[in-house]
Amino acid sequence: MSAAALVVVLGWAVWRPRGWPEAVAAVPAAALVIGTGAISAHDAGADARRLGPVIGFLAAVLVLAQLCDDEGLFRACGAWLARTAAGRPRRLLAAVFVLASVTTAVLSLDATVVLLTPVVFATAARLEVRARPHLYACTHLSNSASLLLPVSNLTNLLAFSASGLAFGRFAELMALPWLAVIGTEYVVFRRFFATDLDAAGAGEEDSAQAAPEVPVFALAVVAVTLAGFVITSAVGVNPAWAALAGAVVLGARALSRRRASVIALARASDPPFLLFVLSLGIVVQAVTGNGFGGALRPLVPAGTSLPALLGTAALAAALANVMNNLPAVLVLLPLAAPAGAGAILAVLLGVNIGPNLTYTGSLATLLWRRVLRQHGSGPSLWEFTRLGLLTVPAGLVIAVLSLWAALHAFGG
Amino acid sequence: MTDTEGAVVIWITEGTWRASVDAALSLAPAAAPVTLLHIAPAELPEAAHGAYLELFGRGRPERDPGPRVAELAGVSAGELLDAAAGRLGRPCRRVARRGVPERDVVIVAADAALLIVARDGDRSRLGPKSLGKAARFVVDHAPCPVLVVWPGAAPAVGTIPPPPPHGHHPPDPHHT
Repeated sequence: MSAAALVVVLGWAVWRPRGWPEAVAAVPAAALVIGTGAISAHDAGADARRLGPVIGFLAAVLVLAQLCDDEGLFRACGAWLARTAAGRPRRLLAAVFVLASVTTAVLSLDATVVLLTPVVFATAARLEVRARPHLYACTHLSNSASLLLPVSNLTNLLAFSASGLAFGRFAELMALPWLAVIGTEYVVFRRFFATDLDAAGAGEEDSAQAAPEVPVFALAVVAVTLAGFVITSAVGVNPAWAALAGAVVLGARALSRRRASVIALARASDPPFLLFVLSLGIVVQAVTGNGFGGALRPLVPAGTSLPALLGTAALAAALANVMNNLPAVLVLLPLAAPAGAGAILAVLLGVNIGPNLTYTGSLATLLWRRVLRQHGSGPSLWEFTRLGLLTVPAGLVIAVLSLWAALHAFGG
Repeated sequence: MTDTEGAVVIWITEGTWRASVDAALSLAPAAAPVTLLHIAPAELPEAAHGAYLELFGRGRPERDPGPRVAELAGVSAGELLDAAAGRLGRPCRRVARRGVPERDVVIVAADAALLIVARDGDRSRLGPKSLGKAARFVVDHAPCPVLVVWPGAAPAVGTIPPPPPHGHHPPDPHHT
């Protein structure tokens, strides 16, 4: 019964009938599994208490990113890209890699997909440089460059709270895998898009366009918030408070300058999404408590030896590709947790890098969308999958090796 | 029959369109009708949309970057066509489409008197790599006459590699 509820929740999220929010199915499903006793009210309450701070953290980061956009941060990013590239596609690609990786790590993958991608496209168009490599860099790095910090991806936030690691410790262990995966992507991109990058943008410099102002205040708040994450976590305070403080400071400034309204800020935190995550967490808990977890358990390697880490990451990547990485991480975390933080981080490597294999992040979404919309981009879909096949397995192996090295260097 | 029957069609592409327009000015008959054609790749808004679908559970269509990228692409194509028309300096049709560029160019220009295409590959030496995938497809498939031009100065004839030694058999292109 709880499995059926999960299927309905995931199916709804893929199908999205009439464009209704995902929470419309997820909340009644959560109520149903509690009501029928598939999960006890006590366990569901414990789940909610565990997920609550994670969801609050997420909301604060979403608001922070939106406020940075309102302050003109991403406009300034576009100008910086154009200046740095100086009309040369390879320099633009390097600059996009730096910007997309840092944006994803600090302001989360949502910021890269929603806010940075259009800016990168517009910049490439303005420079008369072919946009393909740069746009695909954004979509790929929004996944693979989301390894560094707990705030980079919702999957990380969930794992972070389960791992018991401090914020700084998480970043220390994930820094090497993060750099290694970005490096792998960069090498593959340079070769894969060689022709597009050869075609130099002969676009004449339009120096007449004034450079937009760099939003120093917003950048400073983000920097202080980042430091706040490390410090609060080191002294045993939930770093979500630092995210909240950053959002409040930028939000107060936006409100006082009438650049945002309270309603706009509330909308930026995306309440239906937060409700969806909470409900999904409860439904998944009911499913894993009723057999599914037991069925998967033999597949999850024990320990944190190199082969075990590789197996864990591969399983996580496969599961993420079947049903999307959010449910995958919820299912796998309790199974990996007994083996320690190393195994949890290996799960993250799988669920964060894996989705680049299909351009919608999971087979379910891909198949459904393809069935719905027959028109369009057959060849490019194959191209995208080929790019995924070149980057994902290589990136996964290199990331696991880096994680294993980091665990040994800094102690698991 | 298409609207471009008997016309000179100039394929307007980012970075290389100036050479194509200049070729039309110097080589095409002054009386021939001219169509400026730009095809924006449909795959890019699709990829941005796919990345948004990947963000599981964020069902807010107004935040989807796909339509935003499509809109930006439309604006950019319009600006490019305007600039090209300005450089051409005579009456012309402007056609902006969204699709698979190399395929749509062949379809739109099927009955043209002449299709002008700029090389889109390696510009450092003469040779087959000077045509990228898209221009190669058009040259190979277009039913109309095609004029292929170098964007900027063409490399020297000396960039052609020396002939292979006597007795060497190049690989048969029909068996690769």
